[in-house]
Amino acid sequence: MSGLDIWMRENPLAYVWLGSYAVAMLIFAIEIAMVVHKRKITLQQVRLMREAEDEAEGND
Amino acid sequence: MAINWFKYSAPTTFYGLAGKLIPWFAISSAILFVVGLYIGFAVAPADYQQGEFYRIIFIHVPSSILSMFLYLVMAGYAALGLIFNTRLSAMMATAIAPTGALFAFISLWTGALWGKPMWGAWWVWDARLTSELILLFLYLGFIALHASIDDPRRADRASALLAIVGSVNVPIIYFSVKWWNTLHQGSTIKFSGTSMHVAMQQAMFITLAACWLYAIAVVLARVRSIILERERNTTWITELPEVRS
Amino acid sequence: MMVATGMKKSSMLDLLVLVIRRDLVLAMRRRADVLTTLIFFVMVVSLFPLGVGPEMNMLRKMAAGVLWVAALLSSMLSLGRLFSADYLDGTLEQMMLAPQSLSMLVLGKMAAHWMVSGLPLVLMAPVLGLQFDMPVQALGVLIIGLLLGTPVLSMVGAIGAALTLGLRGGGVLLSLLVLPLCIPVLIFGTGAVEAVSTGLSAVSHLSLLGALLVFALVFTPWVTAQALRISME
Repeated sequence: MSGLDIWMRENPLAYVWLGSYAVAMLIFAIEIAMVVHKRKITLQQVRLMREAEDEAEGND
Repeated sequence: MAINWFKYSAPTTFYGLAGKLIPWFAISSAILFVVGLYIGFAVAPADYQQGEFYRIIFIHVPSSILSMFLYLVMAGYAALGLIFNTRLSAMMATAIAPTGALFAFISLWTGALWGKPMWGAWWVWDARLTSELILLFLYLGFIALHASIDDPRRADRASALLAIVGSVNVPIIYFSVKWWNTLHQGSTIKFSGTSMHVAMQQAMFITLAACWLYAIAVVLARVRSIILERERNTTWITELPEVRS
Repeated sequence: MMVATGMKKSSMLDLLVLVIRRDLVLAMRRRADVLTTLIFFVMVVSLFPLGVGPEMNMLRKMAAGVLWVAALLSSMLSLGRLFSADYLDGTLEQMMLAPQSLSMLVLGKMAAHWMVSGLPLVLMAPVLGLQFDMPVQALGVLIIGLLLGTPVLSMVGAIGAALTLGLRGGGVLLSLLVLPLCIPVLIFGTGAVEAVSTGLSAVSHLSLLGALLVFALVFTPWVTAQALRISME
């Protein structure tokens, strides 16, 4: 039995929380952050395009 | 009572509708997570065989179910997009794939962590674990194919075809893996010996609902970005308040 | 009416033969490609004993799996060439405009591909099996399994080849898409050999492989034709 095995048997709840739930929550958090980031970037792009178009129209 | 569903299948209206719905899905998902985990950890008793370790089930089973179900939903949208040539369906399929892949990953990860105390090994070539791994490969293939085609229309259609072929293959793969597993007499987790406590079931269903709502919220948020990106040359996009400001 | 359908059937068959012949002739002009696949197959199989050690009992047990996995990998190698040459010189476009059914043309190309890259592996397998000291009976089942299974690999692979047509990094992507779909073939193919070597009948495994082959024969040409249409738009 290695150290991890012993620790696991002594602290099953900590093992479950840290190993499974914390990791799952971390993955969810990363996914949410990515989605929010994507939204921000896309909005920025669209805005830039619109401004460029407005300028082009203004120059006409 | 006749709701015009086709109205919402146009990206224009769907964009606004999704924007309004996302907070509701997100908030109810968070609440259900808290409630489900409370019941799962505080109310449900420890299993007499597996001790506290079985509590991984409240994240493991929902993410496994969702990863499989999301693949079917994705293939369904892909088929719709391919047959009826609707823009939104293809966008939905693309938006679902990353979430499905992440759920498949969570399912594998938590399965491994459950396996260690139960079987003494992180990975066992159990039929379900193996098919979950293959499902993850299928997701990755879909994402990779979509990412490597520059023309969005071709990307949508090619990956849609791949998703449909994959969904036809999933049952074949599942049964062949199961057969392979019984042939090799690998160890399988069986719950048949231990009946599940009512509180355990409740907690599992609540976290399943929470994961469901979470997936919907994230997919809707992602599909909104995709709509913005794809339709950026249309007037309705340029007239959106968030673009104007 | 009878005559008309008869005519149509024979012309379909002619078409099939024509496509297969053409692809075989083209393949014979580039014999190096065929040989590379075969050499790769032999090499991968021969590397395994070097990796896991020369213990005969273990090798005998692993033989079917090693041969199958190597066959799977080497059939991936040649898939990229299935449509790419025709795509680059414009033949594929002409084929799609042709009045004959594209599925039939695709089936012909699949058959030719199998004859060039699948059949040599099947013929080579017994020799390699002897390297692993496989018993004759198991060897026979392995060959039947490969005969039934490698066409499926070519056909399923063709879908991937059509989808990744003309993409950068297509080769690796192709394997990523196709390999998971080939797992059932691998399982039944190796299962058959294992059944025989444990004294059971391999009939059920082999008939399942046959079922996969029929299923693939019916659906993959059409799906591949659709994939080609998508890629050529």
